[in-house]
Amino acid sequence: MTYTTNEMMTVAAARRLKNGSVCFVGIGLPSKAANLARLTSSPDVVLIYESGPIGAKPNVLPLSIGDGELAETADTVVSTSEIFRYWLQGGRVDVGFLGAAQVDRFGNINTTVVGSYDNPKVRLPGAGGAPEIAGSAKQVLIILKQSARAFVNKLDFITSVGHGEGGDSRKRLGLPGAGPVGIITDLCIMEPEAGTHEFVVTTLHPGVTREQVIAATGWEVRFAENVVYSAEPTETELTALRDLEARTAIAHGQAPGEA
Amino acid sequence: MAEILSLHDAVKQFVNDGDIVALEGFTHLIPTAAGHEIIRQGKKDLTLVRMTPDLIYDQLIGAGCAKKLIFSWGGNPGVGSLHRLRDAVEKQWPHAMEIEEHSHADLANAYVAGASGLPFAVLRAYAGSDLPKVNPMIKTVTCPFTGEVLAAVPAVRPDITVIHAQKADRKGNVLLWGILGVQKEAALAAKRCIVTVEEIVDDLKAPMNACVLPTWALSAVCLVPGGAHPSYAHGYYERDNRFYQAWDAIARDRDSFAAWIADYIHGTADFNEFKARLASVSEAQ
Repeated sequence: MTYTTNEMMTVAAARRLKNGSVCFVGIGLPSKAANLARLTSSPDVVLIYESGPIGAKPNVLPLSIGDGELAETADTVVSTSEIFRYWLQGGRVDVGFLGAAQVDRFGNINTTVVGSYDNPKVRLPGAGGAPEIAGSAKQVLIILKQSARAFVNKLDFITSVGHGEGGDSRKRLGLPGAGPVGIITDLCIMEPEAGTHEFVVTTLHPGVTREQVIAATGWEVRFAENVVYSAEPTETELTALRDLEARTAIAHGQAPGEA
Repeated sequence: MAEILSLHDAVKQFVNDGDIVALEGFTHLIPTAAGHEIIRQGKKDLTLVRMTPDLIYDQLIGAGCAKKLIFSWGGNPGVGSLHRLRDAVEKQWPHAMEIEEHSHADLANAYVAGASGLPFAVLRAYAGSDLPKVNPMIKTVTCPFTGEVLAAVPAVRPDITVIHAQKADRKGNVLLWGILGVQKEAALAAKRCIVTVEEIVDDLKAPMNACVLPTWALSAVCLVPGGAHPSYAHGYYERDNRFYQAWDAIARDRDSFAAWIADYIHGTADFNEFKARLASVSEAQ
């Protein structure tokens, strides 16, 4: 089956979510990938949304972080304060699954401003739940489309910390979680290099060249010694993803492909 | 004891110029009708607190009611930017507005502290983040037992909180269910609290551990069916995703926004008239 680069990104991200893991899910791309994992390789993944649902099993993707579908299909629904206090800060989240407007080479995330804080070029939505998810989840996965505007040499603002300044930065900051372990894009997968914790390309998606990745990265991106290629999306994965998107589009009154 | 009042009377009696106001509801049960009534009555110099400003604060900010916004995620969910919020922050329109920016975990804890009668909240947060550099209210505290350095943020203590819920009984006890967000915490953190509800019934028939706010903890209960539109009320109506999308075009431009406020808010006497106006326009399309 033919597939798009966006589909490859979602499938590659879904494959990273182990069956049975407890995943704190951001809205948008993370939610799509996490639900694809639940519908394919990881039926027992536990999805937690910051609005309160724990063990959500939505039949269609939520448009907002607090859609009724999440509450109706959850094992339990608790308050937002309980989500952050008992479940995240309490150390019960295996994987924090985040999107980002911008990332840097250490997996730090900006969702606050481009330009200066007091006189921004672009005012982004802000932190939401991400800073504490990035801090307290045992591991973090980041999913976003790759471009030189999004993968920047220096962030104007660090909203949610990844590996800070690299090296043992996280340890010095006293953060409980291990931080980001993968950045999954429409071109490749980057993982932190041992020691420096700088994100390097470890996996290219089929048909993607190193030049494409270099052109879409705002820092001098490095490649691991042994770069491998992602397996193409299987028919099962693609069918599950497309069915999910089609159901979602109908439920939200969107055009196909809008979901 | 909560008085059963019209929304007009409740806002007139309990919302004052200069108040710290929290209109809470996390995507679900957003008290839109109360936001409209605050605009209609021309309340001003408000410090608005809300985790997700959403359309309700985009409207209040654009209408000039706010002098300060305390928040943690300011977007139009599933659509994009809040244009009135951005215009106020980036271009000081309709006037300059101070912002105080937190994370969700921080504000959720700050509401818990407020409801608990504590001066501040403590949480494990912000190490390595730039947010404390731009928000002087985010400080640290050292645990006297372990020595761990933790984030400390002031409790949220609104003068007035407004929430929307599904049901009240005739005494003014309130029942809500579904996604609860921080509504209970926001209600109990406030000096005064108004609850708008979908219906008033003889008996709440609340399950034993249900989220019930007793009448004696509230100031007023107002019957406002549909009052959470365009968000949803679980068991009553769905989220109006089309309205969230339509809001993007309305709010993008100052003139179209001002015309919408003039027509739909100042041009209607109450939320029932607003709903009728909205329905007549959507039928005509």
